Amino acid sequence: MLKALLARLNQGHRTAVGIPEALPDRTLGRPRFQPARCAEGCSECARVCPTGAIEPGRTLDLGRCLFCGECARACPHGAIRFTRSPGMAVRRRSDLVLAGPELQLAEALDEQALRLFGRSLRLRQVSAGGCNACEADINVLGTLTFDLARFGIDFVASPRHADGLLVTGPVSQNMREALVKTWQAVPAPRLVVAVGACAIAGGPYFDHQQTCGGIDGLLPVDLYVPGCPPNPWTILDGLLRLLGARSGTSTEHR
Amino acid sequence: MRPEILSFPEFSKRLAGRHLAALMGLPGRSGSVLMMAVTTPGAPEPDQEASACPPGGLQLPATVVEGSYPSLTPKHPQAHWFEREFFEQWGVRPEGHPWLKPVRFPQGHPGLTDFFQVGGEEIHEVAVGPVHAGVIEPGHFRFQCRGEEVLHLEISLGYQHRGVEQALSAASPGRAMAYVETLAGDTTVGHALAWCRNLEALAGVRLPARAEALRAVALELERLANHCGDLGALAGDVGYLPTASFCGRLRGDLLNLTALACGNRFGRGWVRPGGVAWDLEAVRAEQMRTRLGRIMRDVRQALDLLGRSGSVQARFERTGIVTRQVASDLGLVGPAARASGLALDCRRQFPWGPYLQPAFPVCTAQVGDVASRAQVRQEEIEVSARFLDRLLAGLPEGPVRTEMKALPPKAFSVSLLEGWRGQICQVLATDTEGNPLACKVVDPSFHNWFGLAVALRGQQISDFPLCNKSFNLSYCGHDL
Repeated sequence: MLKALLARLNQGHRTAVGIPEALPDRTLGRPRFQPARCAEGCSECARVCPTGAIEPGRTLDLGRCLFCGECARACPHGAIRFTRSPGMAVRRRSDLVLAGPELQLAEALDEQALRLFGRSLRLRQVSAGGCNACEADINVLGTLTFDLARFGIDFVASPRHADGLLVTGPVSQNMREALVKTWQAVPAPRLVVAVGACAIAGGPYFDHQQTCGGIDGLLPVDLYVPGCPPNPWTILDGLLRLLGARSGTSTEHR
Repeated sequence: MRPEILSFPEFSKRLAGRHLAALMGLPGRSGSVLMMAVTTPGAPEPDQEASACPPGGLQLPATVVEGSYPSLTPKHPQAHWFEREFFEQWGVRPEGHPWLKPVRFPQGHPGLTDFFQVGGEEIHEVAVGPVHAGVIEPGHFRFQCRGEEVLHLEISLGYQHRGVEQALSAASPGRAMAYVETLAGDTTVGHALAWCRNLEALAGVRLPARAEALRAVALELERLANHCGDLGALAGDVGYLPTASFCGRLRGDLLNLTALACGNRFGRGWVRPGGVAWDLEAVRAEQMRTRLGRIMRDVRQALDLLGRSGSVQARFERTGIVTRQVASDLGLVGPAARASGLALDCRRQFPWGPYLQPAFPVCTAQVGDVASRAQVRQEEIEVSARFLDRLLAGLPEGPVRTEMKALPPKAFSVSLLEGWRGQICQVLATDTEGNPLACKVVDPSFHNWFGLAVALRGQQISDFPLCNKSFNLSYCGHDL
């Protein structure tokens, strides 16, 4: 007992106070896309993108992005640069299709939904065909560094006890029915959060017949959190924005 | 090295006493299939462990099959899951297989299948999944119970099947990297490394020493993070919260060391064909070493608490036993095999770069229960941490990446390496143009899922979470 108490003292207080402004120096956060810099006919970025997320000179689909950074390395004009900002969750799929440096970050739920969920949000997580990295970094939110429960957010075992689903994976054909049934078992009104490139648009498996290429078209989505996998701070930032606990809806990049 | 084509009886004989690392098909002439096995030496006898695991000894026996063939499973139980997979992928029927059904259900409806049933009035069935209670991957577990006692557990997977193995050979190099880094997200480095080593072996590219050292850093960091997280989760499963809570945080700190090197907590983008994409400059290496030292102090303290708690050990000991014989018959790999006394570790058997000298220590235990699996993990944390510290203190100078060359036509390569869960096996063959023709991926989980099912026999059903966590297998790595 004494040993446990000593260990507790020694381990110290580890819970982070706020979401950091910047991720570690080599980590790729929110990209800054400036198609105005693109040269006519150049498609170096599109050539190296593993998921076809870029239309050169026009758009970068953050929903498909795996954050491998190959595009930024290939671009001779500095049109794509990754910042270290963790915040990049949005409310609408179209907001992830960047046509310039601006990204419309997620707004809070409407007033009625906030009254219901703002101080207590219980989510059922469904993993559907991904690689388990998103799940790993969702689990991390429960550790004392992030301490998700202090924000009133928790994961529950039964969809009947949940206010919504948090979905990961491209939705394999083999999980499609289970996912939809789990959603049906959540009492309305209910939220859906799509975490990771797979859940948003299929990730590396976007064109596989064995997957549905993400949850769009299967379930109505309230929050999209891009990344492969998203950094835990990115997921937390998104959830807090949804609950109105973090504001500032548009981005001005450093 | 090339496959050795044998008659079927000769092929079957060649599997005796060997560990079956992979059993796979390659398209043969006029509708036939070339069935090829990748085998490695079986575990040394317990009294020979001082000189355990001599390096090398890979064999590639093969035989031509068509339509059906006599099942290997009755003689070689470790082939049972592979034969089901082979039947699913190639449609060649193993006659006399005791339980022939799909492993991944590529045609859909994975839940709609016959499960093995135990008869009798006192028997009841418990069905769990595919959606589980925690933040976990999907799978279906069907228990046959008499009261609380589990008589049989059948594990039915395939829910994570996304067609990645099949897509791998036709993928562009960039997309192939994305695939191998997501075969099993928690084994990003392990699988990326197995893939790149196959490409380099085929192309005949030799790696700079610094690149190999950094790859070993990546692989051991992955092992540390997962072992540490799993020991914390084991503590959590028996309600011992101090270690659960400390190790949860420490696992994150270890993942952050990988992010310090390459930006990604899982090591994505670090290992690339020809070396690594990110160097660890002197300052960064020193920072990593210092942080690792601090983390390890806390890890030791957290695990010391776990070891001293009598109530924890009482729950761990004699729970979920897999005997040495069963582990060997089923072809288990990794810490699960070593916990049952099988001294097998690819870092010793198939060493490369910094693993070559001195011979890597193999950690084993004897009982094969949850306590043994925890003990092996804990010892491996110590071994890996010391190995890492030495590596970081003396990284060889030089470049971290070398130019890749084109792959030769009609060539063939096998990659075997020790991921944190155990033996990772990847096979890559090229066509007449030098493009990837066929890929085989065997995640350690593929060997071990049945081990978990067997560990549950005779246990209380309430011990399932504890046993499950002591294996901590990958659903996506199995389902591919």
